[in-house]
Amino acid sequence: MGKPFLAQSGVIRPKASSDEISLRIIQALGFLFLSLALALPLASLLLRAFEDQHGSFVGLRNFAIYVTTPSLVRSAWNSVWTAFITTCVVIPLAFAYAYGLTRSCMPGKWIFRAIMFLPILAPSLLPALSLIYLFGNQGMLRWMMDGGSIYGPWGIIGAQIFYCFPAAAILLSVALSTADGRLYEAAEALKASRFRIFLTVTLPGALYGLVSASVVVFTLVVTDFGIPKVIGGQFNVLATDVYKQVVGRQDLNMGAVVGLVLLLPAILAFLLDRWAHGKRTATLSGRAVAYRPKPRLRRDLPAFLFCLSVALALMVIVAVAVWGSFIRFWPYNLSLTLDNYDFARFDTAGWQAVWLSVKLSLITAFVGAALIFIIAYSLERGPQRGFLAVLLRLLATIPLAVPGLVLGLAFIIFFNHPANPFGIIYGTLAILVLNSIIHFYTVGHLTAVTAIRQLDPEFEAVSASLHVPIWQTFGRVTLPICLPAIFEILVFLFVSAMTTVSAVIFLYGPDTKPASVAVVHMDEAGQASAAAAMACVIMAISLSAKLMQLVVGGLFARFTSAWRR
Amino acid sequence: MVAALDNGLGTDAGNTTGIGDPFLKIRDVGKQFGSFVALERVSLNVLTGEFVSFLGPSGCGKTTLLRAIAGLDPPTVGRIIQAGRDITALPPAERDFGIVFQSYALFPNLSVAENIGYGLRGAAWPKARRHQRVAELLQLVGLADQTVKYPAQLSGGQQQRVALARALAAEPGLLLLDEPLSALDAIVRLHLRQEIRSLQQRLGVTTIMVTHDQEEALSVSDRIVVMSQGRIEQIGTPEEIYCAPASAFVAGFVGRSAHFMAKVHTPTGYITTHGLVMPAKAASTLLYGEEAEVFIRPEDVELRPITDHGDGSFEAVVAGYEFLGPVCRLGLEANGLRFEADITPAAFTELGALPGARLSARFRPDRLLIFPAHG
Repeated sequence: MGKPFLAQSGVIRPKASSDEISLRIIQALGFLFLSLALALPLASLLLRAFEDQHGSFVGLRNFAIYVTTPSLVRSAWNSVWTAFITTCVVIPLAFAYAYGLTRSCMPGKWIFRAIMFLPILAPSLLPALSLIYLFGNQGMLRWMMDGGSIYGPWGIIGAQIFYCFPAAAILLSVALSTADGRLYEAAEALKASRFRIFLTVTLPGALYGLVSASVVVFTLVVTDFGIPKVIGGQFNVLATDVYKQVVGRQDLNMGAVVGLVLLLPAILAFLLDRWAHGKRTATLSGRAVAYRPKPRLRRDLPAFLFCLSVALALMVIVAVAVWGSFIRFWPYNLSLTLDNYDFARFDTAGWQAVWLSVKLSLITAFVGAALIFIIAYSLERGPQRGFLAVLLRLLATIPLAVPGLVLGLAFIIFFNHPANPFGIIYGTLAILVLNSIIHFYTVGHLTAVTAIRQLDPEFEAVSASLHVPIWQTFGRVTLPICLPAIFEILVFLFVSAMTTVSAVIFLYGPDTKPASVAVVHMDEAGQASAAAAMACVIMAISLSAKLMQLVVGGLFARFTSAWRR
Repeated sequence: MVAALDNGLGTDAGNTTGIGDPFLKIRDVGKQFGSFVALERVSLNVLTGEFVSFLGPSGCGKTTLLRAIAGLDPPTVGRIIQAGRDITALPPAERDFGIVFQSYALFPNLSVAENIGYGLRGAAWPKARRHQRVAELLQLVGLADQTVKYPAQLSGGQQQRVALARALAAEPGLLLLDEPLSALDAIVRLHLRQEIRSLQQRLGVTTIMVTHDQEEALSVSDRIVVMSQGRIEQIGTPEEIYCAPASAFVAGFVGRSAHFMAKVHTPTGYITTHGLVMPAKAASTLLYGEEAEVFIRPEDVELRPITDHGDGSFEAVVAGYEFLGPVCRLGLEANGLRFEADITPAAFTELGALPGARLSARFRPDRLLIFPAHG
């Protein structure tokens, strides 16, 4: 027995406030933007997979060709198994590392935390180049390979382990740091053994973090293009197939088909991660007490030694690339030189590529952060009724599931279409910026949403009752409080745009070649030392941006300590 | 934009405000969220300068009604008229009210003075006037020495006062308080509720407070609106609500009481329960044999030594006691009927009312609250 519904006659139609109207307009503009720059390109990619070279509809013929071409099917399988093995290696390593960071009292935690971020700051090509220096045809440690070759699956897996480690370690240390100390006290009071506590409290608490991290690593490996390109040799994977179909054979249709195949694991991973995320929300109640480890040598010493060796390994990989970039002729003449940094000798763009990358990354960071934050705000605090908000929310989360190569391919197909009036941006810096913003949109969006949700939900209601328009409260209250999050988005976009290869490799024009693409080209031309030098320059610039974030963040924290809890 | 002043423009012709007219008229206001009816066509009036509390358990619709009055969640049906102006469909910014939320929603990056002066802007509030008004308000809530501090540096009670000052800054016609005290600890709460009340009386601002704490509502309100399941159960002064509850829900929700089922007995004006027969004034209008819900408050139970028999008294055994300072609260049992009685510590000693003691108990016939079970 339910209560009677209220009569449908005389239903009030509330008058929209000017605040609501302006937020609705921002939502509409955001929807328009993401439709043009994300939905339509992806739709044209999808259509292209069902057409032949002349644009006539051929149904599933392209897919039939795909599954009957053994080399293409083999690449798909190669992608899957290398990703699987990488995941199986990275997750335990990252878990132990994150456990040491969050659950032990070992010394030097902040250094270990800083080193953990190092691989993010370099293009994925850098570890591959390092491995080639060490184990390649002219590698110093080639004897260790025992006749085997680094060019192939094992090189890919080795480089991917380095490249994927930070993402997994960050996710797992977040999962491990949000533990309820009372659960541990309760378990100890009940006289549970340490091993039993680990199995019954620690692992279940981190379970969804583990699922999330595994999914992220698997997707990163399947969709990464730089590492297999550099170290894969004759070993083909999905990502290199897309590149070959598009750049090598100029077959956009088959490229689109492979792109869709590449989208498949990414979408599955995305859905699995969403599921895990939804499950996780209830694990920590508002009354939880943060867990604080007590010093215990039998745990802290092994944790320290383990983290030390992992950190050293990460450092060695970076150091080899840096050292190699200063070597005259690896490995025969080890005298130091700056010649490799004279990029004009190897690539016509020279240092221009670096400056272009900086310009691209700066524009992406500032325009992207502003767009992302304002759209996220309009979504969180604007009208929730109707399809607009729902669709916009969906569009904002899609980029996470779209690999850079697929997005790049979708951009060529969409913007290079003769009938598209937006085609004028093709081959310019604008398309690279647009592509970078969309490619990294979701991470920024989620950061913004988290920050906005931490604000009191009644700020807008209070200012409406005080007759203060919403944009004024946005400027005076929301923006200042969210500055650290905005800065984080800014630096994330900058570093991502600096280091990415996959998203832009299809889109640069003769005058707009970014540094990361130059690395690929120099490596292709056999200029490994110059490629390493360029990768080091990219890493140095990203590192400076990250350091600047720390300094500015510290200053901000000092100036605002009075009003922050 | 100049702060909206209610100058009587935009008033319907038929709704001109006369003397003695209610300040706020709520007519058949209902709210539906999807298929869930949160508020079922409620009506009430609030007079100018009155302090009215919406009281009820969580989910009773009290906050929904407050948010409808504020325009934060406009009602689905009905009419709300404030000072003669139909505000039902207006957004919050076009209404005239100040609001204090449970969380206070103070702006953490603005100082106390900036928070209070936040709404004082535009042509109506030149700088000098704004400063003067903020100083006045700081004085009013006793925070004159805290001007430059940030909300995080204040205690919960002080934060609450800042929120109150901010809501009152532009002299709104209506003050809305959404569980304003529930985030504070017990002692501060007792103190602040009296402070809110005296401030309200001094300023004469019409005030609506939402609360689930019946003691709070009883102590500060001119009138209380008791709500349950989206409906108004009773509107009345604190005395009416406590002494003459209109329904079994109100009797059970407001104040402490023992609750039991009884049947109307003969002669008229008697009820029977658990094999006991007792006089009850309120039962005289009911038919013989009718089932009724009965409530008795601890202070309406009279205890005498076991030897002292009177009309309607019965033997009860002390099951336990709680020493509360000014009174002792006894738990008693008679034929399986459990109830409580408040007596003075002196009477406690005199009666020797330790657990196991047998006493003569009597429910005051004029204080038994009786409601037909299928009424």
